[in-house]
Amino acid sequence: MNLSMKWLHDYVDIKTEMHDFSEAMTMSGSKVESFGSAGDEIQKVVVGKILSVEKHPDADKLVICSVDVAESEPIQIVTGATNVFEGALVPVALDGSLLPGGKKIKKGKLRGVVSNGMLCSLGELSLCKNDFPYAIEDGIFIIEEECRPGQDIRELTGLDDTVVEFEITPNRPDCLSVLGLAREVAVTYNKKLTMPDAGVEGGEGKTSDFVNAVVHDPKLCTRYTARAVRNVKIGPSPLWMRQRLRSAGVRPINNIVDITNFVMLEYGQPMHAFDYRFINGGTINVRTAHAGETITTLDGVKRALDEKMLVIADNEKPVAVAGVMGGEYSGIMNDTNTIVFESAMFDPTSVRLTAKRLGMRTEASSRYEKGLDAQNTVPALDRACRLVELLNAGDVCGEYIDVDNSDSTPRTVPFDADWINRFLGTDIDRQFMIDALRRLDFKVENDVVTVPSYRADVEQKPDIAEEVARIYGYNAIPTTMLGGAATRGGLTPAQQFNKSVSQTLLALGYTEVTTYTFISPKYYDKIRMPSDSPLRNSVKILNPLGEDTGIMRTTTLPSMLETLARNYSNRNLAARLFEIGTVYMPKGKGELPLELSKIALGSYGGGEDFYKIKGDVEELFETFGVNTDLCEYKACGDDPSFHPGRCAAILFNGIVVGTIGEIHPEVQANYGIDTRVYAAVIDLAMLMQNAVSERHYTPLPKYPSTARDIAVTCDDAIPVMELEKAMKSAAGKVIEKIELFDVYRGRQIAEGKKSVAFSVVMRAADRTLTDDEADSAVSKVLKALEALGATLRS
Amino acid sequence: MKQQLEAIRNAAEKELASVKLPAELENLRVKYLGKKGELTAILKQMGGLPASERPAIGVLANEARTFIEDHIAQCGAALKEHETESKLSNEKLDVTVPGDRHKIGSRHPLTIVLDQIKDIFIGMGFNIAQGPEVEFVEYNFDALNTPQNHPARDPQDTFYIEDNILLRTQTSPVQIRVMKSQKPPIRIIAPGRVYRSDAIDGTHSPLFHQIEGLVIDKGITMADLKGTLDGFAKSIYGEDAVLRFRPHHFPFTEPSCEMDTRCFVCHGKGCRLCKGEGWIELLGAGMVHPNVLRNCGIDPDEYSGFAFGMGLERLVMRSFGIDDMRLLYENDLRFLSQF
Repeated sequence: MNLSMKWLHDYVDIKTEMHDFSEAMTMSGSKVESFGSAGDEIQKVVVGKILSVEKHPDADKLVICSVDVAESEPIQIVTGATNVFEGALVPVALDGSLLPGGKKIKKGKLRGVVSNGMLCSLGELSLCKNDFPYAIEDGIFIIEEECRPGQDIRELTGLDDTVVEFEITPNRPDCLSVLGLAREVAVTYNKKLTMPDAGVEGGEGKTSDFVNAVVHDPKLCTRYTARAVRNVKIGPSPLWMRQRLRSAGVRPINNIVDITNFVMLEYGQPMHAFDYRFINGGTINVRTAHAGETITTLDGVKRALDEKMLVIADNEKPVAVAGVMGGEYSGIMNDTNTIVFESAMFDPTSVRLTAKRLGMRTEASSRYEKGLDAQNTVPALDRACRLVELLNAGDVCGEYIDVDNSDSTPRTVPFDADWINRFLGTDIDRQFMIDALRRLDFKVENDVVTVPSYRADVEQKPDIAEEVARIYGYNAIPTTMLGGAATRGGLTPAQQFNKSVSQTLLALGYTEVTTYTFISPKYYDKIRMPSDSPLRNSVKILNPLGEDTGIMRTTTLPSMLETLARNYSNRNLAARLFEIGTVYMPKGKGELPLELSKIALGSYGGGEDFYKIKGDVEELFETFGVNTDLCEYKACGDDPSFHPGRCAAILFNGIVVGTIGEIHPEVQANYGIDTRVYAAVIDLAMLMQNAVSERHYTPLPKYPSTARDIAVTCDDAIPVMELEKAMKSAAGKVIEKIELFDVYRGRQIAEGKKSVAFSVVMRAADRTLTDDEADSAVSKVLKALEALGATLRS
Repeated sequence: MKQQLEAIRNAAEKELASVKLPAELENLRVKYLGKKGELTAILKQMGGLPASERPAIGVLANEARTFIEDHIAQCGAALKEHETESKLSNEKLDVTVPGDRHKIGSRHPLTIVLDQIKDIFIGMGFNIAQGPEVEFVEYNFDALNTPQNHPARDPQDTFYIEDNILLRTQTSPVQIRVMKSQKPPIRIIAPGRVYRSDAIDGTHSPLFHQIEGLVIDKGITMADLKGTLDGFAKSIYGEDAVLRFRPHHFPFTEPSCEMDTRCFVCHGKGCRLCKGEGWIELLGAGMVHPNVLRNCGIDPDEYSGFAFGMGLERLVMRSFGIDDMRLLYENDLRFLSQF
């Protein structure tokens, strides 16, 4: 909402520096976004009086003017304009002046004759014919206002004004008007608010002699008021009104249209003026449109209406879309004789949806959307008609139409000063509160506050507290530390676990990334997800920004690969990244999806290989005490995202909790990465479930261990894990650990075989093992290996 | 014989003086003291001496032996010392060559600042609450006292999944979930991802992070709100941060406010960072609206409380001087490794 300071001064008498004004209004609840003057673009342009006009000696189309600009002597200006004459008052851009658009005027010579500036047209001052209807557009602006040579042109055009831009929050639609803001200013500065003259006198005739109004749907139109004006004289509105409209960015049109716009800005109430000639049958019907009806709106566009849209119709057809825009042919024309002003209250949601369906958000519709005050319709109508009288623009009829279905019972809220102080933590004087509320137009009597009709936002005690607090000043409220029952703050075990996982991965050299949780369905194709995979069933966004962000991901793998690919294409030679990200598993209509956290690891370059990423995952598991006996890596050749020979499902206790492997070369190519990529995805909750949260100390061994190295040859296809399992179960408790230290294929080993070497560490808790005991354990181990076809290498 | 001993002694002394290697020293030891050594050879001749001469020669012979042994020992020690010295000097390293590093990863800047904020509030007795990102319209809007015609509900601003399910536009629905499931006293913050239909550019993202806060108890006042948030802001921006609370509007709080900090670049004069205002908006807050309390089954006559919410991205960008929000989601290592 833009507010002209000049306009404001019509209602509140304040003198203030703009920075102080901005600060004071912001702190009392009307936030000032910025302030400035539209006239800043115009510098050193003054009124000049042409003393003489002479022909240019060397140019037929130029004349030399001697102009009085109230300097010690007249200045000489050369112009090509043909409408200048002796005695004319004109705008003069002096040497070194500035015009809108950053244009600078300097003195110079035109065909050898010195010109000390420029005479300006309307356009050069960013004005149009509507601002000064008597002027012509293709010539110098000949001023017919009362003015004197040397006067700043901005005073004449109203551009010597400061315009303040306010941020108006949705709870205060009443402040989308000059009067609403003036009231806030008056309260902030403790000044009197002078209301505009709305004392319409009226004359002969009744509005009902011309039209009657029938509201067919009182829910959508809670109040409809109208007043007729006869013998309308269409013409320009006075300069002051044109200036006010300009300051609000509204183009002046003619007196009647300008009055409707002026009152809308002043009272916040949209107004409409119909030409009585075009209200067929003299009946104004407020009804929803019939299927198939159309209207050509003021902007000349023919629009199809539907049964949900509220229209103003005569007996035949719609003449306006209620609260949005009038019809083209029923508008004000130069020969208009009788008009009907409309000031009505329409349902905010209905207007919003209608404007949206028609694709035309207007000044009026955006005001209705925010919710207006039905009780403001008559004062606005009165003011408009009073302006007609003041401007001598027609004869206002003696009475008006008012179809009132609104609830005009004022709202009351209990007033409890002690409660307000307890709630705010303040010690504000009761009388201060009452005074502040009264200045805000609230009535306070017998501990009851009566709320003005335009303050629909004030309903309960805290709303009253807010009014008091903002006038008292938020910064005057003390700052206290929380008292009351203490709460024990901290992270939950799950939050702590999440944090520890991050810390471990950081220590392992993985950098944390944050990716978008919505993805394109094409991402699933990129990772070669089978077309019948249940993971393709994703939560879909009905109104996505674009297809790229159309669904909620069911896997974090594509996000990780996308991030790796971006790093690769940015020429980062190697990368190790992790994300603890969310996936969204749909559960069915009307239900929220399951949101699960997944740990995703990804890497490429810098000597990364399958065993490196696997080692990191093992390290992660060990950090959290996952029981290695229950953790299994099962070769997995059928995950299409991964290399069929270099992928494992990770199982805890037989349940799959994740996948690890080298990315399939085709997937790699889909992401444009020209080097091997490794990734792992692990379910965070499952990891936490299998983590040991409490550690118990195991006494350090008292007796030495015995180690024996064993090397066997076996079929290449036998996984090392199977050999280890067999060895452990064969020798029992005496085995402390078995460590693989070599796997060899090649010379001296038959085709299809491999040599595998383990170090077997044995220990007893209560004694030093004898050689015999160790030998016997080893021979059991060897027997078990033989059963798998693994024979001791000689 | 006496002369012979004297000669051996002198010869040994002379030869030892020029020894350079441990092997040479060993050769000399064998030459003089060994079983077939020169001194041994002389001692073997002792038997041929008259008995009267034997003790005197014996003393001389022992003296000669001790003399040679001592010299060999001295020489050995000197050699060893020299050897250690030369070994160490050969092992000299250029200590200015960079070390071998085990690279650790970097935390994402969003996490760094979020962790800092969590620590501050945990210190004030807050817990961390979480809620789903795919949320019911009821929790995201209705229960938060948002009017049916509020523009935030518009599909132009909000992503919908179904008529009654959306991607949460704020972390405020976590307030509702906490109040419905937990009895006061409540002190929580709820950080998380939120979604709004904004095209991606330098200062906007359809996905960003908010941190919600909620305190509910008997006798909580607006002064408590100010004290808590003042304390928080000073923990982040330093004790000398200048703050102001100005009136604002949110459907779910009453009274509502926004907290600004005086611009730390221009100190209030107005600059590019604060867009000439001299103040930077930090967060929105307010006393929890009685309708919201009632919607959650909490009696507003018995309990009161305050809530606040702030955007994490903007805090992070200011903390590190990041000028483009997209960097936070592009995850380029050249960017991430700076933190």
